[in-house]
Amino acid sequence: MIVGERKPFSEILSMVEGDSKILILGCGSCVTVCMAGGEEEVKILGSQLRMAFRRNGNNAEVTELVALRQCDDEYLEDTPLIEKVKDADIVISMACGVGVQHASTFFNRVIDDKTIRVVPALNTTFMGANIDVGEWHERCLGCGDCVLEKTGGICPITRCAKSLLNGPCGGSFNGKCEVNKDTDCAWHLIIERLEALGELDNLKKIEMYKDWRPSHSGGPRKTVREDMKI
Amino acid sequence: MKSGSNLERLLERGEFVVTGELGPPKGPDANVVKEKAAMLKDHVDAVNITDNQSATVRMSSIAACKILIDEGLEPTMQMVARDRNRIAMMADLFGATALGIKNMLCLSGDHQIFGNHPEAKNVFDIDSIQMIHMVKTMRDEHKVICEDEIEGEFTMYIGAACNPFADPAWYRPHRLAKKVEAGVDFIQTQCIYDMNRFRAFMKQVVDMGLHEKCKILAGVTPLKSIGMARYMAANVSGIIIPDDMINRLRDAGKGNVAAEGIKILCEQMQELKDIEGVAGIHLMAIEWEHRVPEIMKMAGFLPRPTV
Repeated sequence: MIVGERKPFSEILSMVEGDSKILILGCGSCVTVCMAGGEEEVKILGSQLRMAFRRNGNNAEVTELVALRQCDDEYLEDTPLIEKVKDADIVISMACGVGVQHASTFFNRVIDDKTIRVVPALNTTFMGANIDVGEWHERCLGCGDCVLEKTGGICPITRCAKSLLNGPCGGSFNGKCEVNKDTDCAWHLIIERLEALGELDNLKKIEMYKDWRPSHSGGPRKTVREDMKI
Repeated sequence: MKSGSNLERLLERGEFVVTGELGPPKGPDANVVKEKAAMLKDHVDAVNITDNQSATVRMSSIAACKILIDEGLEPTMQMVARDRNRIAMMADLFGATALGIKNMLCLSGDHQIFGNHPEAKNVFDIDSIQMIHMVKTMRDEHKVICEDEIEGEFTMYIGAACNPFADPAWYRPHRLAKKVEAGVDFIQTQCIYDMNRFRAFMKQVVDMGLHEKCKILAGVTPLKSIGMARYMAANVSGIIIPDDMINRLRDAGKGNVAAEGIKILCEQMQELKDIEGVAGIHLMAIEWEHRVPEIMKMAGFLPRPTV
């Protein structure tokens, strides 16, 4: 899933300076699961803003809402939600960067009489997995050309600090990465897994130059499924 | 001949070579390079010029290599995958050959987090093994990666690094084998202090026949002080300094540590010469270039052979 972290309160507060009607819009998907931008976090941010405003003698009005998914029109096509957005001076989106952009584009498409300002409350950090209670680790960079079948299901592009494709660099020590001693060396894990799978021969083959075009290097990407189009 | 460099000729002739290392200055002063070059001249067979070592901004390797050539030394241009994509690498390689550079070393490069611009974006478009393959293809097939023909003659003696002490230890000779398969001509290892572990590594290398397919230069660095030894053991990945070596430095007493460090180094150099499969030594006397003549004399490696 997409993992995010809430921005520091001072940064969020500085985005809404001068606004008197603020709508906080949470997202019920990934960022709810990683406890960064769901219903609970919307309530916390709402309370923080109200307290800060009260301390400063600011009468700004803070409204809280959650859309199940901000990255899909289907979940934003909700008349009461659109009315609230229309009424607000600013929308603080607690979705990931995808949700912030999509909600902004959607609201500005369906609302004619004003331009809606949508700002982010989160930093979108990575695509990752829930490893432990309150702990998520990056697992995929979305390079567009998966190699996991060759590497025992462990991604060297994402999990090696140098995205090496042909084995561990000289900085692998006691199974850890030299860049961060708390991070496993991806290649150490790959070698152990391939050994267990009886696929160590994979390591002997030279993995040739990667074609980065399917990754972000080829420019912003899109997927079009003609068979799904109406 | 791959490039006809002195290094290649000496190694092919079976001479036990010694290469040095020179870190370019953190600025544009050519005299710094010239002064260091003067200390190394006639004392080593070729000199590695680092490429923004430790991810710290310095004069470019290619420019410092050219200064060295003008001073009458033979450089080995280091190139890291951290800062350049394949386009920039191949362009710099053309430029290097045009300037008379005949040896290079293909490296992944220290991660930028260790340097003076940790906020920089890295590249890592290709890795060091792919870099070896790229340079070999350019040299032997006269083609760049996309298979466009190279105009003119591109020559290069291709080197790479190897850390015998990184983990997983058993895999290290296999990674070396991959570099050999990619087309490497010579290898320079990470600094060796644990001679027993290096001997075990070389035995595996010899058993696999890798020493017959590439020339292996054993890396050494003098220990200048006990603090440096402890710092390297604790902070540099893959550096293992045996306790008895540190004890020798300590027992040497105040004022004698550096001399003892050099004595240990010279003993190591002699021992390395007798290890099967070791074709030479890569002496990394970083910021200690002025001690190289003395080290080489004491170790009994002077005068250097002529091509």
